Amino acid sequence: MSFSFTNKITLMKKDDWKELLLKNAILIVIFIIIIGIIIKEPAFLSATVMRNILTQSAVRLILAFGVGGIIIIQGTDLSLGRIVGFSAIISGSLLQRLDYASRFYPDLQPLPLFVPLLISCAACAVVSGISGLVVAKFKIHPFLATLGMMITLYGVMSIYFASGDPGPQPIGGFDNRYTNFVIGTTLGIPNLVIYAVIVSIVVWILWNKTTFGKNLYAIGGNPEAAKVSGVNVFKTTIIVFVIAGVLYGIGGFLEAARIGSANNGTGNGYELDAIAACVVGGISFSGGVGKVSGAIVGVLLFTIISYGMTFIGLDQYYQYIIKGAIIVAAVALDAKRYIKKV
Amino acid sequence: MNECILRMKGISKSFSGVKVLDDVEFNVRSGTVHSLMGENGAGKSTLMKCLFGIYQKDAGEIYLDNKLINFVDPKHALEHGVSMVHQELNQVIQRSISDNIWLGRYPKKGLFIDEKKMKRDTIELFEKIEIEIDPNTPLHKLSVAQRQMVEITKAISYNAKVIVFDEPTSSLTDKEVTMLFKIIQKLKTQGVGIVYISHKMDEIFQISDDVTVLRDGKYIGTDNVANLNIDKVVNMMVGRNLEQRFPEKTNIPGEVHLSVKNISTKYEPRIHDISFDLRRGEILGIAGLVGAGRTELIESIFGVRTKESGEIYLDGSQIINRNPTDSIKNRFAFLTEERRATGIYPIADITFNTTISNINAYKNKIGFLQHRKMIQDTNKQVSAMRIKIPGIKEPIRSLSGGNQQKVIIGRWLLTNPDILLLDEPTRGIDVGAKYEIYQLIINLAQSGKSVIIVSSEMPELIGITNRILVMSNGYVSGIVETGKTTQQEIFQLASKYLNQKREASL
Repeated sequence: MSFSFTNKITLMKKDDWKELLLKNAILIVIFIIIIGIIIKEPAFLSATVMRNILTQSAVRLILAFGVGGIIIIQGTDLSLGRIVGFSAIISGSLLQRLDYASRFYPDLQPLPLFVPLLISCAACAVVSGISGLVVAKFKIHPFLATLGMMITLYGVMSIYFASGDPGPQPIGGFDNRYTNFVIGTTLGIPNLVIYAVIVSIVVWILWNKTTFGKNLYAIGGNPEAAKVSGVNVFKTTIIVFVIAGVLYGIGGFLEAARIGSANNGTGNGYELDAIAACVVGGISFSGGVGKVSGAIVGVLLFTIISYGMTFIGLDQYYQYIIKGAIIVAAVALDAKRYIKKV
Repeated sequence: MNECILRMKGISKSFSGVKVLDDVEFNVRSGTVHSLMGENGAGKSTLMKCLFGIYQKDAGEIYLDNKLINFVDPKHALEHGVSMVHQELNQVIQRSISDNIWLGRYPKKGLFIDEKKMKRDTIELFEKIEIEIDPNTPLHKLSVAQRQMVEITKAISYNAKVIVFDEPTSSLTDKEVTMLFKIIQKLKTQGVGIVYISHKMDEIFQISDDVTVLRDGKYIGTDNVANLNIDKVVNMMVGRNLEQRFPEKTNIPGEVHLSVKNISTKYEPRIHDISFDLRRGEILGIAGLVGAGRTELIESIFGVRTKESGEIYLDGSQIINRNPTDSIKNRFAFLTEERRATGIYPIADITFNTTISNINAYKNKIGFLQHRKMIQDTNKQVSAMRIKIPGIKEPIRSLSGGNQQKVIIGRWLLTNPDILLLDEPTRGIDVGAKYEIYQLIINLAQSGKSVIIVSSEMPELIGITNRILVMSNGYVSGIVETGKTTQQEIFQLASKYLNQKREASL
């Protein structure tokens, strides 16, 4: 005798259209806004605009993957922006033109590009790894652990920033190789977009095809179940933070060259954009849920909206109001799915 | 006669001086189902927790396959083929079936997970117990019964020698129970020893080979199911005579005080069409098995749960307890079941814990709290109920369970309630303190307050109530006069609607 479950499954999960609408409400709202933008300014649908949006999304996406992993294990990361800034000033200080007047290290010879990249990533991995250790070891909520890190690191990076030869002034005059590597194009495609695609593929493999990825979702979904099944929660938590650090390191390296300069304020506040994009993309704060595609959708939508609102000349302060409302609505709708009715 | 696969010998365990297990024997033969029976608090789950290393036993030995073992945690037990299918399943419901089964030991191919092998192995395991589900289905799309099957499959994947089922059918439909029993039969033929914990007599007699009964932490006996019947088992479980554990019932019920008519709740777990009267000065007990809807009933009276239909009358006039604030205004008080989770504010002091539900009464004209008055009231309650405390500034968590419970009762009494809803008021409280709480409840009833008390301890209900309402599977299965009933009758009423298929409310 055999027993089939298939029928029952379809019976149980027959979402009526109302629920479906509610589930995707935030996407629907965003699409309405985008349609509004297009009606107001049809030029928004041009290739140049699309290209700019993709380029602007690239670094944000890399950062969103970092914090996304931490959100999947029911955490969050407030230090993201500062770590990005840390990486930006390290990379920038090591990659200035030889003929630039106020060099951070006046006697430094040109380095191969990958050396500053590796140094930045390593430094960021250590910094984020320390947050991870604090979270895993002392069971401190990531909000607090990374709040502490955000403040501490600002001190550390400001000291580094001031220690350069010309004193505390913006680090600019980057090596052409560096600038081209970041803002150049290959076969007509912006390099930044290519990097974002590569990182997306690597993260997708990590999240979906490795033991680490499975453990990540298991810990996020039910830490107790993961523990009794022999998952090393301590180790996995630290790895999540270290990977986030590496991604922030890459992000900072790219960001410095994209902007063309770096200082101790670079990256400040980036965490909010990245977290907002994750939430809009369905990476739930309740943990255990979230996809690479979700992060991509979240980042793209957010960038389209910001870019679009600026494009139609909407006052910046109104933009803040709309973005804030979207974030709260996204979280509220997400939470609604998990609240048990009594 | 099959070989004993699991032997537990002379197991004892005490918590802060109270013996919860006293020299208990429990032997499971391979390829058989052994039911472990006893009332709530008899020590069944403590015994299992000792097996799985969640508690460290004080004395005794455990043998698996004639080898002395001492598991340190459930994971350790699992690796040795001893697993438990819990009432509340410990799973990652966002993830797929095969992810859950192979959690913590994913098969790998080089750096990556070997998804194909995972799926193949899962299907192979499913074939062993003859079920068909797509291993990629996420668990949140499965019913409880299906999730249970996944848990059983996981146990088999660890080459299970012993599987413990803890109330496995409490949320299954009849058809699903049949399915589960087929799987259990299958496991038997594969030589697995099954430990089956359930309150449902008919199931016990349907599925078991052996039955062991515990009472008050003591081993009462083991017998083959062929030599037993329901009466014998109930007698073993409750004992023939109840000792004098209860004060005299001096309260005299008067006219109807509270009238509940046709209450049903809107959300799961649901109760259906509940009606009863509570008389002034009466103590009404609510009996029923786990999951019968007892807590849900008083929660819906108090406005914690959303009512779908039904009315509540207080002294003949209709009231609507939409939420706890309404209910407190209508002079209801609700002592919750989980004292630690929903009763005490553990690190706050005794004054805070005593006065918090009545805090508006301490405001002066401009809205500030009058500290002296709060302290006065706290001291009054402490002495009136003879609560033993080191000082009213101490955190409540430093008190014993019984004294904590008295503080919370005191808290509610300050709101001057007319109707007291008490959910398991003596849970986790030692015998001496229980007596005092019983006395307190009877005194309150005698002073004209009406009391509803939910309890899983049958002797307690018989000891202090005037009438008992028995619930079964969300319905009222009977209301009996305490003086004229027996535990056997209540047991039978409690299982009355068990075989009725749960209404499809999905």
